[in-house]
Amino acid sequence: MPEHDVLIIGAGLAGQRAALAAARAGATVAIMSKVHPVRSHSVAAAGGINAAISVDDDWHSHAYDTVKGSDFLGDQDAIEIMCSEAPQEVMHLEHIGVTFHRNEEGELDLRAFGGASMKRTAYVADITGQAMLHVLYEQLMKHHETVERYEEWFTTSLLTDDAGRCCGVIARDVRSGRMEVFAAKNVILACGGAGQAYKPTTNGLIVTGDGISMAYRIGAPLMDMEMVQYHPTCLVETGMLITEGARGEGAHLLNANGERFMEKSAPNKMELASRDVVSRAEQIEINEGRGVGPNGEGIYLDVTVVPRRRTLEALREIVNLGRDFAGVDITREPIMIRPGQHYIMGGVKTDVDGRTPIEGLYAAGEVACVSVHGGNRLGANSLLDTLIFGRRAGEHAAARAAAMGMPDVDAMGQLKRDVATIDSIIARPREGRRVSEIKNELGELMNRYAAVFRDEEGLTSALETIHRLREETDHAWIDDRGTVFNQDVLGAIELGFMIDCAETTVIAALERKESRGAQYRTDYPERNDEEWLKHIDIVLQDGEPEVSYSEVTFTQWQPEVRKY
Amino acid sequence: MSETHDRPPESFTLRLRRYNPESGDAPYWEEHTVELEPHRSVLEGILQARDKYDGSIGIRCSCRQAICGSCGIRVNGEPSLACHTHLDEAKRTASDGVIEIEPMGNMPVLKDLIVDMDAVHWKKIQRVTPWLLAKQPVPEREYIVPRESMVDVTQTMACIQCGACVSDCLAMEVDPGFVGPAALAKAYRFVGDPRDDQQFERLNDLAQDPHGLFDCTHCFKCVEACPKDVNPMGQIMRLRRVATGDYHIVDRNNGERHEAAFTTLVKDHGLLWEAELLPRSYGGNSWFGKFSPHAGKELLSSLPAILKALMRGKVTPAGALKPHKIPKGDLKSVQSIYEKIEGRPERYELNLYISGQDEEPAPAEAPDLLAAAAGSGDPPGAPENPEESVSQ
Repeated sequence: MPEHDVLIIGAGLAGQRAALAAARAGATVAIMSKVHPVRSHSVAAAGGINAAISVDDDWHSHAYDTVKGSDFLGDQDAIEIMCSEAPQEVMHLEHIGVTFHRNEEGELDLRAFGGASMKRTAYVADITGQAMLHVLYEQLMKHHETVERYEEWFTTSLLTDDAGRCCGVIARDVRSGRMEVFAAKNVILACGGAGQAYKPTTNGLIVTGDGISMAYRIGAPLMDMEMVQYHPTCLVETGMLITEGARGEGAHLLNANGERFMEKSAPNKMELASRDVVSRAEQIEINEGRGVGPNGEGIYLDVTVVPRRRTLEALREIVNLGRDFAGVDITREPIMIRPGQHYIMGGVKTDVDGRTPIEGLYAAGEVACVSVHGGNRLGANSLLDTLIFGRRAGEHAAARAAAMGMPDVDAMGQLKRDVATIDSIIARPREGRRVSEIKNELGELMNRYAAVFRDEEGLTSALETIHRLREETDHAWIDDRGTVFNQDVLGAIELGFMIDCAETTVIAALERKESRGAQYRTDYPERNDEEWLKHIDIVLQDGEPEVSYSEVTFTQWQPEVRKY
Repeated sequence: MSETHDRPPESFTLRLRRYNPESGDAPYWEEHTVELEPHRSVLEGILQARDKYDGSIGIRCSCRQAICGSCGIRVNGEPSLACHTHLDEAKRTASDGVIEIEPMGNMPVLKDLIVDMDAVHWKKIQRVTPWLLAKQPVPEREYIVPRESMVDVTQTMACIQCGACVSDCLAMEVDPGFVGPAALAKAYRFVGDPRDDQQFERLNDLAQDPHGLFDCTHCFKCVEACPKDVNPMGQIMRLRRVATGDYHIVDRNNGERHEAAFTTLVKDHGLLWEAELLPRSYGGNSWFGKFSPHAGKELLSSLPAILKALMRGKVTPAGALKPHKIPKGDLKSVQSIYEKIEGRPERYELNLYISGQDEEPAPAEAPDLLAAAAGSGDPPGAPENPEESVSQ
């Protein structure tokens, strides 16, 4: 049985950063991912990373913007940590090789981003996530002697000992189908969000809420699951992401009348208001018949106002995206976009060191809810979140490991259960529905009822449907009977993970009877600080979700009316 | 919106190469017909077949927008990303209207469209010391480096490690040990990075490796295959130019001398003088090269090949002893290319990533640009790396 001080599940930015930090602190480290690390969805982050590195910037300003962006639901102690440590983290990345764009003086160049009071987003063209992820992977290759890599290993469950502490995982080697128990003093979840519970989504097919669900199943609380970010600029047809960097570079949003409608809801920041505000404004234009395109379900993003040369250099990826996936030359004509599911602010509840209430279990990145994003995440704060809290979780876990012995793991029972589950999925008769059909219905359901605008009636019916889909999932059948790369059976397990995420999202959205950040209830259209300035926690208790509340941490910023 | 994106769904037939390592059966073809709008991707086609008809079809995929690099396959024999190839385009290039989908080449197949990237691609990446060996001392803030240099290496940073270039590298087919296009492009990402401290060591290492820098045969396959315009062969050529031109690395594979002989012969005669190439490459870059003992040894070992060529009439003794002749005016034109390029104070190394799609001159600016061009002899939009057309 492999044993590690720190075992990290997920190898995107948070996971790789955690692995490097834990190894540096002297722990024996392994990182496990169901895909090759550079395929992790951090690769798709385009626009950049926020840090107050400019001489006339101040991390307090970054922190205030983040608090305001969160609609005052973010925990301010965590936000202060993230923003004050940001410049050092960005410099660290620069030193290990990230090819950040420079200004004419050869210093890091900065671009404007949504919800920010000044230019503070460092970037690599519009492939910032890719550049960072690949550079971190370079470091993993460099440190291959201190960080063991389990690439293409699918984690099926987290292990707990009799005292309820997390002490390892069970995983399946995707390549051979072999199941194995891994003992670990600490497990860090860094396996991303749950975007695939929505259709369409900007998230990759691998983003299926694995970590959120596995943590939830061993009793870890999930926090603020109702806070689901819709990104304002996604391709109408496929839901693919057009980076906020486009608006950062000056692109306009136009309705069918050619109006820059953002002046109605955000007269100062216009297109660079925070994402929840822009997505809502777009949805209103579409709902009120001022959308563009054959079905009036789109909005024009006009990048032609950005100098062409600048677009080609700094927004190259979306030039290609427009050409290859929408047939539009964005340097010549506007492109049709609409809001689309992009990110979940909620996740496994952690403290500022990534610790969950389950001893030995950490979480960092989109899987976690620290919460630095509260009701709405600012663009270019997610890369920062992954790195800061990935590093902190790695360091803390390494320190904890140094002070304890390897847990005595007796997981034969759980291993047998997981093997039996997989065998039973493979053996299911071809009755009922295919996994792919259920997944489709779930995605469309969530995108209809748990989207930009929500109400009690829709959410209630969504919850009922989710309960039916959960039953159907338990009998859903697959085709692949093999062991080598049986992606089919993993898809069935992932569907179960997504059902957990969808259910808790809808429960929390029903619970929060107000409108804050990404949660807009048409039946409760006002923010209600008196009753709802608090986090919603959901714990699995005797097989049933149980809702409770926890306090938001305030340090220096009191709630105020949010205007852009 | 482009009209091509308003077309209704059509039927597309996919012919998939299936392989199940557990069955004991050989690989086989299987056809599925899917219904999708013509501009949708081949990946969406495969996923529809998987969702509707057969969930056991194996393919790695995630982002669906050509950034995660998972879905490298061959479509109608050409390496590409499944998500980056339109169905209508694939149908057009299919020999019989059926889109043929196979796993990538040069790598062992694990199942269906899934290949073993670790065994080939990633092993080669690790060969080039793929991490920054940063200049010391590390500054407190960022390294101050020219703006252009970071834009320049962003071209190789844009590599998504999909393996499409490795799949169809012809040199690798012949020499599986070849470091290959993706790994060498990765090497340029450090050689071109002014923060790296070991440029000479990196280049020397790759130049001296018989499977390294000079193993590429300039076939352009990788340039065509790359879905991200990384231009791997271009990066290999740039590595060579830096190795030979800036660091004067003379390699034991004779790559540097071979290129020098090649360029000199074309400069002197306007066309390659084949018979002189080998002696000059080994014995020194002049007519006297053939009298060097090094050249003698090589000539002797090449004797069977030379004899074969003579017997098959590929060359005649008389033809081999004399250079090809081209008209004087043509020779002058060829030589003027040399003068122009060698006369530049700095090597012309513009990055295709940016300048390949440069702004066309706005009408108002056009006269200025033309005047400047007339002065310098460099018309705007001049071909990239003009010396490349010579050294090949």
